[in-house]
Amino acid sequence: MATATTAGMSAGPKPSSRSFSARLIQGDQVAHVVTFLFAASVLLIVTLLLMILWTHSALPRAKFGLSFFTGRTWDPVAEDFGAAPFVYGTLVTSALALILGVPLGLGAAIFLAELAPPKISDSLTFVIELLAAVPSVIYGLLGIFVVVPFVRSVLGPVLIHTLGWMPLFKGPCYGVSFLAAGLVLAIMILPFIVSVSREVLLAVPTDQREAALALGSTRWESTWKVVVPYALTGIMGSVFLALARALGETMAVTMVVGNVTDIKASLLAPGYSIAAVIANEFTEATSDMYLQALIELGLVLFLVTFILNGLARLLILFTSRRGGTA
Amino acid sequence: MRNLARAVFAVAVVLALAGAVTAQGQLNGAGASFPFPIYSKWFDVYSKAKGVQINYQSVGSGAGIRQVTAGTVDFGASDGPMNDDQIAQFKKDRGTDIYHFPTVLGAVVLTYNIAGVTADLNFTQAAIAGIYLGKITKWNDPEIANANKGVKLPADDIVVVHRSDGSGTSYIFTDFLSKASADWKAKVGVNASVNWPVGLGGKGNEGVSGLVKQTPDSIGYVELIYALQNKMPFGNVQNSSGAFVKASLESTTAAAAGAAKDMPADFRVSITNAPGKTAYPICSFTWLLIPAKFSDTGKRDTLMGFLNWMLGDGQKMTQELFYAPLPKEVVQKELKAIGNIQ
Amino acid sequence: MSGWAGRAHRQFRQALSNLMLSVTALCALLVVGVLFFILGYLMWNGGSSVDLNFFTKLPTPVGETGGGMANAIVGSLKLLFLASVVGIPIGVIGGIYMAEFSGKLSAFIVQYTADLLNGVPSIVIGIFAYTLIVLRMKHFSAIAGGFALGIMMIPITLRSTEEFLRSVPGSLREGAMALGASKWKTIVTVIVPAAYRGILTAILLSMARVAGETAPLLFTAFNNRYWSPGWNQPIASLPVVVYTYAISPYDDWHRQAWAAGLVLLGMVLLTNIIARGVLSRGTSAPR
Repeated sequence: MATATTAGMSAGPKPSSRSFSARLIQGDQVAHVVTFLFAASVLLIVTLLLMILWTHSALPRAKFGLSFFTGRTWDPVAEDFGAAPFVYGTLVTSALALILGVPLGLGAAIFLAELAPPKISDSLTFVIELLAAVPSVIYGLLGIFVVVPFVRSVLGPVLIHTLGWMPLFKGPCYGVSFLAAGLVLAIMILPFIVSVSREVLLAVPTDQREAALALGSTRWESTWKVVVPYALTGIMGSVFLALARALGETMAVTMVVGNVTDIKASLLAPGYSIAAVIANEFTEATSDMYLQALIELGLVLFLVTFILNGLARLLILFTSRRGGTA
Repeated sequence: MRNLARAVFAVAVVLALAGAVTAQGQLNGAGASFPFPIYSKWFDVYSKAKGVQINYQSVGSGAGIRQVTAGTVDFGASDGPMNDDQIAQFKKDRGTDIYHFPTVLGAVVLTYNIAGVTADLNFTQAAIAGIYLGKITKWNDPEIANANKGVKLPADDIVVVHRSDGSGTSYIFTDFLSKASADWKAKVGVNASVNWPVGLGGKGNEGVSGLVKQTPDSIGYVELIYALQNKMPFGNVQNSSGAFVKASLESTTAAAAGAAKDMPADFRVSITNAPGKTAYPICSFTWLLIPAKFSDTGKRDTLMGFLNWMLGDGQKMTQELFYAPLPKEVVQKELKAIGNIQ
Repeated sequence: MSGWAGRAHRQFRQALSNLMLSVTALCALLVVGVLFFILGYLMWNGGSSVDLNFFTKLPTPVGETGGGMANAIVGSLKLLFLASVVGIPIGVIGGIYMAEFSGKLSAFIVQYTADLLNGVPSIVIGIFAYTLIVLRMKHFSAIAGGFALGIMMIPITLRSTEEFLRSVPGSLREGAMALGASKWKTIVTVIVPAAYRGILTAILLSMARVAGETAPLLFTAFNNRYWSPGWNQPIASLPVVVYTYAISPYDDWHRQAWAAGLVLLGMVLLTNIIARGVLSRGTSAPR
């Protein structure tokens, strides 16, 4: 790590050259330590965070144990808490966000990387990346005033009419629903998918494309069958980043999901998510058990994110060995 | 770029200085959203008159209780009085008692959004309980229709809306429901936050009003002022004497009239379903939660000054915002109780 | 590719290719369309309310018109300043460590942890700051809010700084060393200045991201109807005010919420534009 190179390069000042280069090495070691401390503080913060979440959820962990994950009631009066409806809602809305957002985002990324002339590609990407900067509260506002009425008056009835025989699309539809939340989340994750996937696609060496074209493939075939698989790990990485954002999104979801503690198969039904229930109930939880149950929910969400990040890393690590871009 | 860095630094210094220079004592309070309109008016007027700053945020009664117990705010506010457990907790955490000071009376109304229905609907106690228990599901149910002969009610499903966050408004409403229906009392109970059998959740009085306004065939409960400000229709509720009463200043005061005589020393009393032919059954006092002892005498004096003002001039402002002022006997008792704050 | 040499088949594949590529163009258009829709909607609803009052007055009580959000605008700026004090040093200096000093294992661990932190929901960070600071200090404060936001800035700043530093050409490094500079001197006088614009971009982008965060502020900075003196008091901020006003039934507050949203978005967009402008004129980091 240290600076073996500089030790031999003190071709500089002649007087007391040993102490000078000794001071140089010391300076480097100091720099090493100092910068390491700053980087290590990230570790410190995360550990502290986990510790606080763990210790402040002792009561419900003792009372409910693992049944916290399967309990379907959330009753602050009887102090009976179960996380199942919220975990379900979080997973459903995030899955919807991915299902709706990834194809759209990937399609846009392919267009921007492969087809668009560079100037248009650059300016369009700039605009799309700005979407990431839109505050989540604004998405919530748009959700309330645009998406929810749209789901209630247009999308819901259409789905019920055409696909209502499936349990996924059974009415009644109030507008606030898993679907509304999923739609809003999908829009929110688009910039991550588009931006990162585009970068990864651009990094694929041109000879890959040219080889495919030389063998007689069409533009689309070379893109879909050669370039995209080559960049697949990077694209997967972007998906996991987007997923992390969707899992933790609070404001936008609580404004459009309906805030109903229930597990329903229909996407048109209102639901709840972990982040939303914490936001709604944290400041007013009066008893210790209540408050700690909410903190335990936060812990559950943290762990889900932890696992997903781990999976993303493993995936990238594993598949990057096969010659793709990381 | 160096210049940019310098500019940023300069701005930072200015901000830091600005922060330090204007340091002034500020009182922070949190709690009920129910009386938020009148509180914000009071604090605004009082602050301008006395040159103090009282920052009140309507985060919900439950939050108010928790934050004042944690000591993160100087006073709390709640639509439902603290129960014995909460008071004991406060004593344990803060080492002193907590006093309840009623400020105004307010009413909770049932607002609804039914296409084509502009009349004030009559709701029996059984109807309201049935709707919120999920037993009555259609608008043209006999329990509702029989009380509203002459109004064409659709055969649509009722969309129930309640509070998603814990609140004193929910406390008052569930308190009423527990008295109106033994079934409710057994199944759900009274609390700022309950396990609602049916319905969508809106955040705050504001969220419920918003949901009802946007969702056809819906019904929700909000404080009177919110329904009035938003020009939403609300119904008449049957009181303990059997009469259908519309929420108003008079009917609220009528409900409080009986309570004034038997007011307990700590001012914690429920006046839902009060006796009296003209009494509106879903109303309540709302309280400021003031710790018994203050280490900061400046804050204590400001609060005591505010309380005195509130019980005098403040009471005169309540009517224009559709809150009923406190009965005179209660005001007298409170003025005496202010002296207990140390 | 295919064994079918038939002309028809080739035409089919070509047609399919054109079709799919048009589909991707459509996707791109849709995505861009969404952004413009958001902007347009905001301007339509809030544009008229963004007047001088908005920038200079304090909020008025419910029911009175003519209030503004001056305290929320200043509040957001103050919170961002505090967040930067926490987030930038850790992010930039940590990034220097990652790019210049770390080994494979320590790089992996810090990267993974930074990515973890990035994925922590903002509300959990709010709870963290609440427990750590608000409960200890016994009141809500700008410090707690700034701290929460600062933590959220760290992963973005750190990873981006690392990337930009890594992309500085090796020739610069070697040149400096050949002239006898020590490692830390090389970093300070040569490498960081070369990546200066990129690092600045990373900082501006992470500030833009946290400027719009609401959830971590609810339990830390709380909110304030007045100016917030010093750093120890609850403080208003644009995202929290937008949230509070948006779910209310008052039309006047709705309009103000849209206006605030527009101003907030404008601030963030401007930051991004500046950041990009700075980066594109620089000599650093080929993309």
